[in-house]
Amino acid sequence: MKRSLYFWAGAILFLLATLVMTQVIGNEYPFFAAYVILQFIVLAVAWSILGGYAGYVNFGTSAFFGIGVYTAVFLVKVAGAPLGVQILAAAAVGAFLGFALGLLTLRMQGIFFSIATIALTIIIETTVTNWRFVGGAAGIQLQRPPVTPPFHSYVQMLFFVQALLVVLAIAVSRYIQNSWIGHGLQALRDDELAAECTGVPTLRLKLLACVISGALMCAAGAPAAMYLQYADPSSAFNLNYSVTVLAMSLIGGTAYWAGPVVGAILLGTTQQLLTVTISSEVNVLVLGVMLVVFVVGAPEGIIGLIRKFTNRGEGKG
Amino acid sequence: MIGVLLGCFYAAVSLGLSLSFGLLDVPHVAHPAFLVMAAYGVSYLNEQFGIDPLLAGLLITPLLFVFGLAAYRIYYETFERRGSDAGVRGIAFFFGIAFIIEVLLILQFGVDQRSVTASYIGQALRIGEMRIPYRLVVAFAVAVGLTILLTLYLSRTFMGRAIRAVAQDQEALRLMGANPVRIKQWAFGIATAVLGVSGALLVIVAPVDPTLDRSYIGRTFCVVVMAGLGSMSGTLIAAIILGVAENIVLTLFGASWAPAISFAMLLGILAIRPQGLFGRRS
Amino acid sequence: MTVADAQAPLLRISGLTKRFGGFTALDNISVDIRPGERFGLIGPNGSGKTTLINCISGAFRTESKTIVFRDEDITRLAPHLRTRRGIARSFQIPRPFRSMTVAENLMVALDFAAANEAHVTSAQRRDTMMSILTRMGLASKAHVSATRLSQVELRKMELARAMATHPKLLISDEAMAGLSSSEVDEVLDLLMSLADQNITIIMIEHIMQAVMRFSDRVMCLDAGKIIAIGAPNEVMANQRVQEAYLGT
Repeated sequence: MKRSLYFWAGAILFLLATLVMTQVIGNEYPFFAAYVILQFIVLAVAWSILGGYAGYVNFGTSAFFGIGVYTAVFLVKVAGAPLGVQILAAAAVGAFLGFALGLLTLRMQGIFFSIATIALTIIIETTVTNWRFVGGAAGIQLQRPPVTPPFHSYVQMLFFVQALLVVLAIAVSRYIQNSWIGHGLQALRDDELAAECTGVPTLRLKLLACVISGALMCAAGAPAAMYLQYADPSSAFNLNYSVTVLAMSLIGGTAYWAGPVVGAILLGTTQQLLTVTISSEVNVLVLGVMLVVFVVGAPEGIIGLIRKFTNRGEGKG
Repeated sequence: MIGVLLGCFYAAVSLGLSLSFGLLDVPHVAHPAFLVMAAYGVSYLNEQFGIDPLLAGLLITPLLFVFGLAAYRIYYETFERRGSDAGVRGIAFFFGIAFIIEVLLILQFGVDQRSVTASYIGQALRIGEMRIPYRLVVAFAVAVGLTILLTLYLSRTFMGRAIRAVAQDQEALRLMGANPVRIKQWAFGIATAVLGVSGALLVIVAPVDPTLDRSYIGRTFCVVVMAGLGSMSGTLIAAIILGVAENIVLTLFGASWAPAISFAMLLGILAIRPQGLFGRRS
Repeated sequence: MTVADAQAPLLRISGLTKRFGGFTALDNISVDIRPGERFGLIGPNGSGKTTLINCISGAFRTESKTIVFRDEDITRLAPHLRTRRGIARSFQIPRPFRSMTVAENLMVALDFAAANEAHVTSAQRRDTMMSILTRMGLASKAHVSATRLSQVELRKMELARAMATHPKLLISDEAMAGLSSSEVDEVLDLLMSLADQNITIIMIEHIMQAVMRFSDRVMCLDAGKIIAIGAPNEVMANQRVQEAYLGT
């Protein structure tokens, strides 16, 4: 399909560009900021698989992200594991957690499901806070291993790794949207009972979405441990992650894979700029305001608005 | 026991939510934020004018009532009118509101904790071996008082019964000529007004800071869901259970596990008996 | 003209009781539906007709062995599995997939429920979808969003989507309610032609002349109990049936 060709061409160009950037730009700061934005793209895209496609608005992002961070922490403390292993392990833990949490919560409907996910996130955070081995409430410091060539700085390498995760997440999300999984999720989002009576195995699909979403979110969290060289539960599991990622998807548009990307870039960049120019509290204000504005004014998100204007109708990308 | 008194305090701060989420199905995660906002209002009045916190709470009650009316109007126009995935986006809306309130409080008052002074704070009642802080006794009295007041209101007054009716069957009410939206708006106003006194209690019992609302999302929702949506006296009982549970865990395992308790109980109830202990839904 | 009684029933309901809290919606219902039968289900509002449908399709749980479909006890099966076994239903108030077009609505059924038939390419499924739409008179609306259909078109799409699951048993829940008489005829003709393809149909309706014209047998429920079952004329003439309707 032509569209696939364009997509992969774009993806490869993107990766090349990021690689070139790491070789050419000497100053580390842009990479710090860009890393955060890329991280949010992965998180938002991953969230949207369950939250957007299936319509199961969950607040579990903070839990999965935090678990990703702490899986990495654990592996580093126990075995000094390299970054690749950390990420793979985090993805595995995320998949398992997604399955378990899904089984527990996906039978609940609507608001109760959302509230249950908040509950689980806090419970997980509290459990990790009480785990001395990974530092408990006080947090833990980490040492970065030496950076592997061709990268000159560890942050630049993390930046590129996160770029890889972005491509992975988007590719997965795009695939799901266009496949039978996506159609089934769309049906169950529109009307779960009707979908079930039309032969859609709703529980199975929801679980699948939960597993994939969880795995990706955990994977995105793993490099964060090395990024900060520090981890503590109240920041790793901060509920802000959940709400921010939700906002990004709502702003961008939850029905299409491109929505969370747009939302993440928009909100992420705004937040980075504001943190530097004004303060980090204003971030939360902006988050709140944008959430309210978009939820009230543009429920379909930016992508939805664009589609309305160009009147593309029902085509999919 | 301290747990029981603590539970009564939780009841006082959750009663409003019992109305807005329990009866009206509004996913009001900003309820704790409103509570903290009220607490700041009380603290401000106490600091600037030396007004007793409970009195201050009563003073701001009418303000909060109007605020609640307005807030519901906005919520209704945006969500209930449009149907579809209203509930789910409603929760996002209220999170947005909660965050906005949080930051506005930080910008106005700073991140440090605030407290109030009153004659009964700092002193304790001595019963035998036990030392019960007066402020918890006050909380207990207020909570019980509020519960009785609200229960009476909902069962004895015309408006109160209309509110319960609208929770059960909107259409029937409409057919009888009443306007369900007005009634729900009024109920939400009351739910917010109650926060005046609840907010006072909050700052009486312990110092407040702008991010305190996050700790209370779990507690209030746990209480309301456990009670079974819409039952005022159930809220009191459920809150006491939570208070006792928290106290037990606190004593046995330490404070670091405290945040999880309300959420764990909430999860348990959702999984096992979603209609709560005294629920109106069967 | 009924099918030979010696054939095993397609659907056997035995001693089905469904309670909600203190309220008994269905009280000890037992009935056999024969393959290829045209079965009418009537009764005043609240008599339990839709509850019965919900139990058959799996939206409500029931005790084991109360519902046997083609010799298989389906009471433990989730609704989507029952659909795959061949039970399809339309909803009283149509439940379209709003974010999809008519064609996409049907493709969900074809991709998920009819997926039993292996080696069917997606191109063939599209052909099937278009032929169903043509038969239903909806071919021109194939690429129209479900939100833009008229009431009668929505009802037809409900039936079309149910048909697309390739059912052996189709349950139509008041598909004609609120339609004009010419629209009623349209839907009735559709159901008749489906019945001619040997699909067993249970039709819930309030429009008596439609029920009379359509059904081989009619069953009347009242307050969760069967108060009459037999040939259409007999049931209509039954005094208890008339009381049940007039009394409402």
